[in-house]
Amino acid sequence: MASEKIMERPTPVSSAGEDTGNRLRRSREAMEFGFQTLFLLCGFVSVACVLFICLYLIVSGLPAILEIGVTDFLFGTEWAGRQDKFGILPFILTSVAGTAGAVLVGVPVGVLTALFLAKVAPDAVARVIRTAVELLAGIPSIVYGLVGMIVLVPAIQRAFQLSSGACLLAAIVVLAIMILPAIINVAETSLRAVPKEYEEASLALGATHIETIFRVTLPAARSGVATAIVLGVGRAIGEAMAIIMVSGNVPNMPDSLFTPVRFLTTAIASEMSYASVGSLWQQALYSVGLVLFLFIMLINVILNLFIKRKKEG
Amino acid sequence: MEQLSLRRRLYDRGLRALLYLCGALVCALLVFLIGYIFVRGLPRVTWELVSTQSSMIRGTIGILPHIASTIYIILVSMVIVLPLGVGAAIYLTEYASNRRLAGLIEFAAETLTGIPSIIFGLVGMMIFIYTLGLKAGVLAGGLTLVVMILPTIIRTTQESLKTVPQSYREGALGLGAGKWRMIRTVVLPNAVDGIVTGCILAIGRIVGESAALLFTAGFGTVLYSFKEALTNSSATLTLALYLYANERGETDVAFAIAAILMILTLLINLAAKLAGGKLRQK
Repeated sequence: MASEKIMERPTPVSSAGEDTGNRLRRSREAMEFGFQTLFLLCGFVSVACVLFICLYLIVSGLPAILEIGVTDFLFGTEWAGRQDKFGILPFILTSVAGTAGAVLVGVPVGVLTALFLAKVAPDAVARVIRTAVELLAGIPSIVYGLVGMIVLVPAIQRAFQLSSGACLLAAIVVLAIMILPAIINVAETSLRAVPKEYEEASLALGATHIETIFRVTLPAARSGVATAIVLGVGRAIGEAMAIIMVSGNVPNMPDSLFTPVRFLTTAIASEMSYASVGSLWQQALYSVGLVLFLFIMLINVILNLFIKRKKEG
Repeated sequence: MEQLSLRRRLYDRGLRALLYLCGALVCALLVFLIGYIFVRGLPRVTWELVSTQSSMIRGTIGILPHIASTIYIILVSMVIVLPLGVGAAIYLTEYASNRRLAGLIEFAAETLTGIPSIIFGLVGMMIFIYTLGLKAGVLAGGLTLVVMILPTIIRTTQESLKTVPQSYREGALGLGAGKWRMIRTVVLPNAVDGIVTGCILAIGRIVGESAALLFTAGFGTVLYSFKEALTNSSATLTLALYLYANERGETDVAFAIAAILMILTLLINLAAKLAGGKLRQK
């Protein structure tokens, strides 16, 4: 950022040109001020967007919650839009279970891959895998959903002899794959940031390379791994289109891995077009959006805490 | 190296194998996904499919309207988001003297990054369709996407503005240029590569986005001109994929669209890499 001092120009000395000089300078100052204001306004667009999103979600999400009753809404176990039953506990628990499952599967694989990329893989191999990770991150979520629906769902059905393979397990597998790239990227960055001295000390004490990276490097990068987990949770809980096609889309409690379920996100996506405008059903779906938003905000706050602590530490 | 104990040797070998396995798994996953989609989808990508629109009478399916609306939506959102995002980034890196204010804007952009696309779709529907009275279509969908990709543009532009050496700025100011003139003639031209990379990334997100467009762009399958499409329900490629796979049971068409989306993803990744590589060379 250039300091203000540089910007101040010496006033013209010649008395003959003073008038035009002043006018020129004034119009130029006006222009500078105009542009600065314009850019400031551009900056405020994102602030306004966040405010509008919060405002709209609260204003349209609260009425239904108040009408249904906070406990009935949050802890009711039955959801049937057409019969005016609006309990979203099944959605909440499904989102939590699906996210936890995805993180449980995705984080170990992701962190080990990151460890492989950062410390073990030869350069050429690492480059290939990194490209693969980038491409995985770029594949549209709906494509994951399609492949899951056509490949994974029938496979689960056959493997476990179910009447339908569209269930919580299928959603967990798809989510785990989808959060992999984010986890790998964040974990690799933090593994690379571990000071070389730590590893050298461990090697000098006689540990092998593998022992060093598992017992020294990985624990030293644990804050980065924690960040990766929180990021993965955020991604998984917000995903809608990939899992709408594989999760069965029935508002059941997630009592087993093989139950067809509905998530907070997929409840909104699948029912919004059926609920008539202005009905309690539609407002209840807004409230589902509000609950999802609160979850996301909570995760964001945790993520920011982690990042801030890492910057300071 | 002296002999290690059996336990340590097993630990070493086992974990090393595990690491290789994970690396291989990630690659295998990608190869399987690309291979499966291309094998099932590419044979169905015919000239007839991509150059016509669906006809109930003849019973044919064509995805030209969806290709068109994808392009329209990219145009609408990029035209709006580019000035906004670049402007915000300029304010943050060149002007902001008030730390609090800059922090607030950056915090807002970060918050936007974390919001899932289904929420953008939901709020986009409430604001653009119910409050402002737009009809579901390219305009409402594009505006929703603007909010979604704004942080991407701000961040990439900011990063490339930061790579412009401070001496360039001082040189321009020292020669008597005003601040805006300095930005326009010295800073922006030197940061253009990064802005281009940001645009490519943003286009990638638009092409792959579905949840945010669900209620804002609609599921129309009719081919419109750009002007008509703005306020007429028109499904992008991703929405068309969802429509054909989930509601009409046309799996083959869905895979053909998936194959096209995969090719686009590969191209966009390549383009971003090339642009990014150029940036690093400098």
